[in-house]
Amino acid sequence: MKVIFRIPKPHQVELQGRRRVSELARELGFNLESHLVIRGDDLLTRDAVVEDTDTIEVRPAISGG
Amino acid sequence: MRCVKCHETASVDLPSRNAAYCAPHYLEHFEYEVGHNIRSLKMFTTDERVLVAVSGGKDSLALWETLIRLGYKTTGFHLHLGIGEYSDLSREKTESYARAHNVELIVVEVEEAVGATIPEVSTALRRVPCSGCGLTKRYLMNRTARQQGFPVLATGHNLDDEAATLMGGILHWQMDSLGRQAPALESTHPKLGRKVKPLYTFSEKETASYAVLRRIDYVVDECPNSTGALSLLYKDVLNRIEAESHGTKLRFFQGYLKNLRPALASTGQKVELRECATCGEATTAEVCAYCRMVDRVYKWKQRRVAPTPAPVSPPT
Repeated sequence: MKVIFRIPKPHQVELQGRRRVSELARELGFNLESHLVIRGDDLLTRDAVVEDTDTIEVRPAISGG
Repeated sequence: MRCVKCHETASVDLPSRNAAYCAPHYLEHFEYEVGHNIRSLKMFTTDERVLVAVSGGKDSLALWETLIRLGYKTTGFHLHLGIGEYSDLSREKTESYARAHNVELIVVEVEEAVGATIPEVSTALRRVPCSGCGLTKRYLMNRTARQQGFPVLATGHNLDDEAATLMGGILHWQMDSLGRQAPALESTHPKLGRKVKPLYTFSEKETASYAVLRRIDYVVDECPNSTGALSLLYKDVLNRIEAESHGTKLRFFQGYLKNLRPALASTGQKVELRECATCGEATTAEVCAYCRMVDRVYKWKQRRVAPTPAPVSPPT
């Protein structure tokens, strides 16, 4: 699967094998309280399964200053 | 995870509320709760004109969208801060939203109002950009609302904003600002309008989820000036706690509203407001902080454009 991060710096991570969103967050070190996980036009909940062939975006929800 | 309403696959899980929703039911839940917040705190009615501060980010556009859908009379207010491409993109997204929804938008250029962009203000004051930015926003929003006949100003502040501000206030024991923090502030002077925050019960993730599911085209990028801002640190800390103990942020802020704010309001000294000797806006000082800032920026600019004196030739 491809995991795309656009912020703060655009980068992409490729992982092998299906896993739950909660496992993905633990593995890649982002907090599900402050990030959206997006597949196409859909939002994924923490128990959703991401397939090997999926491309997802991890988008921070936090803004501030 | 299944939607608590229809049992279809959920799109948004809300562990702090022990609930999950599919996309249509999440949108319904969000809009219902915004309406409930407005009515329960008597923020405004459908008969009143509401000026909505719109930055082009997810919170303010989600708020505007919801208020339009709930049938409130809204006009957008956008401040172009002059922070390079970030501000240009923010303006573009806001104007594009207003055009697409055929709603009125007022745009004010900070550079015209203050005489300098926010990065220039920061340099002139030798302070972090957020300091002059916050002051400028508060002043121009309030003044515009009054001058244009809006009795109330609505901002997109969310639960994370409120909890982080509260945390900062407590960590530094800022008793004056602690007593004033609230989702609905009444007018305390003829020149100060009401200020309301209808999204105060929603986390940033919840407002972002609404914006994404409503297909709102918002600025995803972070303000380049906010790097290192303490508010971001407080939000991060609170979200780490939230991940281990769901509902902490909401209990923290609602607990403050229920327990601490009334106590501070009953013991705190009433702030005496008068009119600024320079601009006439409400202030506690003889000259308001905004006018003092504009004066410093003006003098800084004068020094920059003043010609450098020619070196004096030594006597021969």
